[in-house]
Amino acid sequence: MSYCSKDGRTTISLEVDGKRVKAAVSPRLLLSDFLRGPCAAKGVHVGCEHGVCGACTVRVDGQAVRACLMLAIQTDGSRVETVKVLGIADAMHPLQERFQARHALQCGFCTPGILISAQTYLREHPAPTRRDIEELLSGHLCRCTGYTPIVDAILDAAELERR
Amino acid sequence: MSTIPSMIGSPIRRREDPRLITGRATYVDDVKMVGTVYAAFVRSPYGHAKVRSVDVSAAKERPGVVAAYAAADLIAAGLNVSIPVAADLPGLKKPAHPPLAIDEVRFVGEPVAVVVANTPYAARDAVEAVAVEYDQLEAAIDLEKAAAGPPYVHEDLGTNVAFVMPVKTGDPEAAFAEADVVVKERIVNQRLIPCPMEPRSMLAHWDTGAAHLTLWTSTQIPHLLRTNLALLLGLGEIKVRVIAPEVGGGFGAKLNLYGEEIVVSWLSTQLGRPVKYIETRSENFAAMTHGRDQIQYIEVGAKKDGTITGLRMKIFANLGAYHQLLTPGIPTFTPLMSPGCYKLTGFDCEVTGVFTNTMATDAYRGAGRPEATFMIERAIDLVALELGLDPVDVRRKNFIGSGEFPFTTITGLTYDSGNYAASLDKALELVDYKGLRAKQEELRKQGRYLGIGFSTYVEVCGMGPSAAMPAPGWDSAQVRVEPTGSVTVMTGISPHGQGEETTFAQIVSAELGVPIDSVSVIHGDTDKVQYGVGTFGSRGTAVGGAALKLAIDSIQAKAVKIAAHQWEANPDDVEYKDGKITVKGDPSKSMTTAEVGFTAFRGVGLPPGLEPGLDATRRFEPPNFVYPFGAHVCVVEVDADTGEAKIVRYIAVDDCGRVINPLIVDGQIHGGLAQGIAQALYEEAVYDENGQLVSGTFMDYAMPRAHQLLAFETDRTTTPSPVNPLGVKGVGEAGTIGSTPAVVNAVMDALAPFGVKNIDMPLRPEKLWKAMHANSNGKVNE
Repeated sequence: MSYCSKDGRTTISLEVDGKRVKAAVSPRLLLSDFLRGPCAAKGVHVGCEHGVCGACTVRVDGQAVRACLMLAIQTDGSRVETVKVLGIADAMHPLQERFQARHALQCGFCTPGILISAQTYLREHPAPTRRDIEELLSGHLCRCTGYTPIVDAILDAAELERR
Repeated sequence: MSTIPSMIGSPIRRREDPRLITGRATYVDDVKMVGTVYAAFVRSPYGHAKVRSVDVSAAKERPGVVAAYAAADLIAAGLNVSIPVAADLPGLKKPAHPPLAIDEVRFVGEPVAVVVANTPYAARDAVEAVAVEYDQLEAAIDLEKAAAGPPYVHEDLGTNVAFVMPVKTGDPEAAFAEADVVVKERIVNQRLIPCPMEPRSMLAHWDTGAAHLTLWTSTQIPHLLRTNLALLLGLGEIKVRVIAPEVGGGFGAKLNLYGEEIVVSWLSTQLGRPVKYIETRSENFAAMTHGRDQIQYIEVGAKKDGTITGLRMKIFANLGAYHQLLTPGIPTFTPLMSPGCYKLTGFDCEVTGVFTNTMATDAYRGAGRPEATFMIERAIDLVALELGLDPVDVRRKNFIGSGEFPFTTITGLTYDSGNYAASLDKALELVDYKGLRAKQEELRKQGRYLGIGFSTYVEVCGMGPSAAMPAPGWDSAQVRVEPTGSVTVMTGISPHGQGEETTFAQIVSAELGVPIDSVSVIHGDTDKVQYGVGTFGSRGTAVGGAALKLAIDSIQAKAVKIAAHQWEANPDDVEYKDGKITVKGDPSKSMTTAEVGFTAFRGVGLPPGLEPGLDATRRFEPPNFVYPFGAHVCVVEVDADTGEAKIVRYIAVDDCGRVINPLIVDGQIHGGLAQGIAQALYEEAVYDENGQLVSGTFMDYAMPRAHQLLAFETDRTTTPSPVNPLGVKGVGEAGTIGSTPAVVNAVMDALAPFGVKNIDMPLRPEKLWKAMHANSNGKVNE
């Protein structure tokens, strides 16, 4: 349970990328800043701070959300996952492997958010169409790739996971 | 060739990716330093206003605030500087451009004060406590009105015209005299906002012990930034280090020196603390350089058979309120490339650069060339329409022939190599042109409007010969064979998504026969890497890669001498073959680069007089630009009920010379297409008459999303460039430059039954719907 201290800070406890975290946060602290700061989750990128670009997308209790539109205190008791839960360089998640194979990223700033959205979506929709993926990506902006390789990579990964 | 063939031309996966895909890359905001304080800027809410007073005293009283400064405080403390402009032209007006506005603001978003606090939240709160009194002035927003008279952006200049550049070559009078028709049009190339996904980000650290400044910043030009910053701050150049860590996209907008970079660096020297500034997206929209924004009045002379004779242009270029680094230089590319891939006999152009109360324009993917290509490719279609000819035939009629290279154009450029008909042939074959025209005819009978649009572009890049550049045009590479046989490459270019850590490692691996995983490519740090010019103008591989090739050549030459000495052979009989050093005709004698490298390191067994070590630093001075080209075909269908133009197919056949990594080349083309198509259909920066930026968020600025684009069909021809030892041309901007006119030509072709000749971009549904439903008086039938 959260409680409020004299300076207005509220102590929250939650799980971030599989680790227990307990912290006193100001009520106004955005989840994106909390994750990037005290939680050192540098895969959470802030591209617009108004919920449009999707770069800061993380998973809270299984749902993909914009970390820039949520307050840290709202995640008290939650399970928060950033791109770090997918895989590491030597053991990539199929989505990550396909992103590399398809050259689905250039500057990489939008990529972690897209990976989280895609992973979350594929859990519920294992056999998406190209159009489905384009719809999914309507929550994300990428300036580098023109999206084609991103769609291809997600479709590839879905197929790999179905096998 | 002495290379391992499999490495060059292979779709090797990027080595940059693992860190980026796993959320473990380090962008500027991921760099953390103890004691960091955070800057926030107070920005003008007016397009044009006198600044009566700036009072930062209340801000200083806010909790957590460390300092607050107005322009006067900076000047009093000794920072009295103007943001530099590198591009110069005869008679160019260069008004002062202080990093904080002094007594007048000239665009929405111009900084007037800065506050520094212990947290970014406290800094932004304190911005609200800075009291600025403004007297609003009339704003100059409309480009042509601003060119004609007051209000003036800079009252003391008595004009908004910053420069007038005439370009008259060949014999335009004769060219127009022999023309059977003259087609006239007003072409608008609207303002765009670059929108890299990572906004401008910077962290300055003045090390009080070492008296040394480090600036981490999201830039395309770390070395040029360092030199300029040192001069502006009055520090020795050796006292300044600039690091461009992971950079989240640039597109030309990070090819600059921003006032914020000067102020944040200076703040750190004053406060003795690391100072970080990460701009908001709103600030990025308002105060990072914009692109394009030209109005062109054109006249094209043509004979009945479609031969283009001459071109007259009057170009108005919107510079914004101040010059940034290359602001006035960008529109000067436009006349140079206006002839495109066609032969003309007369050319007469005048470019007028105009100040307005808007953010400065500067380089944005293509930078002056998309404006030329869009104009000439639209002009060809307008001529075809006027003469009742097929736009494909008009293009062919006027192409520079494949046997005519190197070809000196009427504007004085020398195109290096090309085969324009070959790329067009390939594109036509891919799209089944005849079949498409038949289908178009059939659909029209059903009230469906299919359009087919072409663009056969050529562009100038690989910037460039130093004599033709506002800054040095060469770039550098250092290659070091380490004692264990690993190879370190220091490159002077500064990639930010283009993947040269991979392509350069491919080149090294191929040439020196070392495993790609033992090659490290280092860039973007002025304390590590020898001076380099940076990444812009599609120059990374064409100039930086060429420098790398020269350094490899030097290493191979030395390695051959060492091996020959070891074998007591004549060096002329020793060569690099398939990545190994061998004696010609004697396969039993063979050494690897690593083996020779160790001998060179150990310093024993070297030829007399030869220095130990196996490394080389070389620079490549390009003798010319390079000129990639291609043929794009766009097929659209315009919905008569909604006016929406939907791209049905997009075929891009591009030629960027020799390809090192096709995966990366295709990626550059794809991204370029997206930005070029976006200009045609979606994006537009809009200021209202007071200078408010109406399109200042991602909710308002129509950067395309996945469902608005389609799966592009890309192919290529390969015409090597003779300009550099790799035979490569640039590919970063080609897709953007080539694609915009293909889309607009396609939409105009679709609307041909309605008598529509030209509609200004972006081709939003309501504009198309109105054009399709207008009666003969031009009024819309509701």
